[in-house]
Amino acid sequence: MLNYIIRRILYAIPILIGVNLITFTLFFVVNTPDDMARMQLGIKRVTPDAIAKWKQERGYDKPLMFNGSEKGIAKFTRTIFFEKSAAMFAFHFGQADDGRDIGREIKTRMMPSLAIALPVFVLGLGVYIVAALIMVFFRATYVDFVGVVLCVALMSISSLFYIIGGQFLISKLWHLVPISGYGEGLNATKFLVLPVIVGVISAAGSNTRWYRTIFLEEMGKDYVRTARAKGLPESIVLFRHVLNNAMIPILTGAVVVIPLLFLGSLLAESFFGIPGLGSYTIDAINSQDFAVVRAMVFLGSLLYIFGLILTDISYTLVDPRIRLQ
Amino acid sequence: MPFEPIILWTDALVYLLVTVIGVFVWHVRRSEHLLVPWRRVGHSASGMAALTILTFFMVIGLLDTVHMRPAVTNNAATEKAYSIEVLSLLDVIAAPLRTRVEKTYSAPFAAHLYAKETVELPDGGQAREFPRLKFGGAHLEDPEAQLIGDVIWRAARGGALGLFLWCLIVASLSVSLARRGRQTFLSALAGIWRGATDVPWNAICITLALMLLLSGAALALCGDYHIFGTDKVGQDVFYLSLKSIRTGLVIGTLTTLMMLPFALLLGITAGYFQGWVDDVIQYLYTTLSSIPSVLLIAAAVLMMQVYMETHPELFDTIAARADLRLLFLCIILGVTSWTGLCRLLRGETLKLREMEYIQAAHAFGVSHWRIISRHILPNVMHIVLITTVMDFSGLVLAEAVLSYVGVGVDPSMISFGTMINAARLEMAREPMVWWALLAAFSFMFALVLSANLFADAVQNAFDPRMRIAPAKVRILRRRGAKQSKAESAESLSGTGN
Repeated sequence: MLNYIIRRILYAIPILIGVNLITFTLFFVVNTPDDMARMQLGIKRVTPDAIAKWKQERGYDKPLMFNGSEKGIAKFTRTIFFEKSAAMFAFHFGQADDGRDIGREIKTRMMPSLAIALPVFVLGLGVYIVAALIMVFFRATYVDFVGVVLCVALMSISSLFYIIGGQFLISKLWHLVPISGYGEGLNATKFLVLPVIVGVISAAGSNTRWYRTIFLEEMGKDYVRTARAKGLPESIVLFRHVLNNAMIPILTGAVVVIPLLFLGSLLAESFFGIPGLGSYTIDAINSQDFAVVRAMVFLGSLLYIFGLILTDISYTLVDPRIRLQ
Repeated sequence: MPFEPIILWTDALVYLLVTVIGVFVWHVRRSEHLLVPWRRVGHSASGMAALTILTFFMVIGLLDTVHMRPAVTNNAATEKAYSIEVLSLLDVIAAPLRTRVEKTYSAPFAAHLYAKETVELPDGGQAREFPRLKFGGAHLEDPEAQLIGDVIWRAARGGALGLFLWCLIVASLSVSLARRGRQTFLSALAGIWRGATDVPWNAICITLALMLLLSGAALALCGDYHIFGTDKVGQDVFYLSLKSIRTGLVIGTLTTLMMLPFALLLGITAGYFQGWVDDVIQYLYTTLSSIPSVLLIAAAVLMMQVYMETHPELFDTIAARADLRLLFLCIILGVTSWTGLCRLLRGETLKLREMEYIQAAHAFGVSHWRIISRHILPNVMHIVLITTVMDFSGLVLAEAVLSYVGVGVDPSMISFGTMINAARLEMAREPMVWWALLAAFSFMFALVLSANLFADAVQNAFDPRMRIAPAKVRILRRRGAKQSKAESAESLSGTGN
């Protein structure tokens, strides 16, 4: 088990290096730092001095991969690649355009992101599984049919409309909770209710439908027939046997996103004004702060790969047939 | 010539796509075994109803794809000069909608502006009131009294015209069915009515009636009213919604077109050759797919923006610029989304290459290229098809989100995303401006819902796992219907197993 985990972590390293190379190519090779400086400072009427100053402020005034003017190991370390890209492995994300340290920002913004993403995840998982179970229990009846139609309809609505609709209905029309904002500690609760509800509903269609398919697939298995033949009532078959076995595919989909919860949701956070990582990313995209976007790409892939490893471990916990070697 | 035809990049690709689909249809029609799953799609009531609606969208999208630049002067003696404004066929047809621009917001079917203005009274004094619209309901003398009656009268006239058209279509359909089935016209009509036909003509006809009724009424009204109101700069929202359709369709289809070469080539090569080729390709797609897609798209689009800013020589008009950005967006979405299909294709190819007929082909000394193109490619096409139709609706939805994030289409390009983005802030206005959001919502919902339903029908027909599954759900089955109806009922309720 431990061996396997170590091997998985080692296997993650070349992937992370790949991600790093992709972001490096994207941000420094496709467009040179000069292009970026010109874009930021305005296309016309930009002096070479201004570009040089912009690059120097951000540390982009070095060669990309190989610095011939330095000696020894510094030939490789005093380059953009080493200082900007490879340094991310040590979580040195550098500075944002407003001069703040990105690493510190990420640490402080992680909690608000988690405060909305975690309840959405837990509540969502519960609601979708229950809804799917109800549909499967009443399968081949109108309950099931209406449920599936509802799922497809919910799937066909853009998540933007859920947020706009939720804000309009609950905050503006009924005045139940504030439209947007964020507070410290328990104060945050009233700000979080709406984003969490909207988050759960907006993903309801596709997830419920998917879980329903998983349950139905399990219903066709032999052990279900055996259980029925023993004379077990349908509810026991469903809730004890099918639910337990269906947890395996459900877990694969669910565990992998747990680390990504730290990143928060781009849309919800910016709409509801929650100072998390999602709104940080959106602000960075809108102000074309390349350093922040680069850091978020790297962090995102790191968390995703971590999620994959977690998924494999969770397999062994729920399914004794699987042994990791 | 009064205009100069223009083929933008995405136009060319849309034409290419239409040609490819045409060739594909022609190819399928000739071979019976390829036709079988398509017949199953044709027997799905929800699928065919969805296809009917999609056809309306596609016609609008195609009309909007034929671009041209109108001549500024029609005088033949002077040198020909063309406007730098690029228009599409839809723009020309909907010229009244495009050109009748009001001052600012106005509600649907309104005759007055939504904002109070200071107007000069005849006696020289001034008053704050809602001024009349320049175009919306301008033919009415007394809007308060006449408006509702006029709207109903026009809508009824348009709807009646639509229904008349519908009757013609249904009649000609019955005639052709009667001729093919050697029955009388009336019995064919009765067959359609009862739903006793193989192809669910009754579902198609009901959908068609609804669509024709709505579009007839809309067409009759849109000339004299703004049926979805006007936006902040006074543009007709109905026109904006029609224009958004093409953007959505282009993103949904061209992205797949961009992604297919990558996925097919890499997926099949990895599964077929295995060894180090497989390792490299697997590493490639694991790496790409481990970057959260929104972030990767955002990063790529940011870089594209920089590239386009520093290379203004690539485009000569605003339309060309917006179009190029749309194309880049499709390419970026394609490059970031091929990994899922690639993985599926690799797995399927791994399975296929162990099949006996492939082994036999090997033994006969058939070349790798020929085995792949003759034996493997046709047998993975169902996966490609299912993925393509399933991805479509997701891409249309993604466009709106990406435009909101700021990494979507060009702000000057009309799309659902830019519409929602502009309308979002209007919700906070007092009194609220809701119609732009409603229009974007209803058009997008209709498009995505029908795409989803059609995708379900295609998946049910092509996925072998779905086929062996016993039909458990038969609640929609009609008593008079043939056995094959069970399948369509199954697909309607979306039962996988």
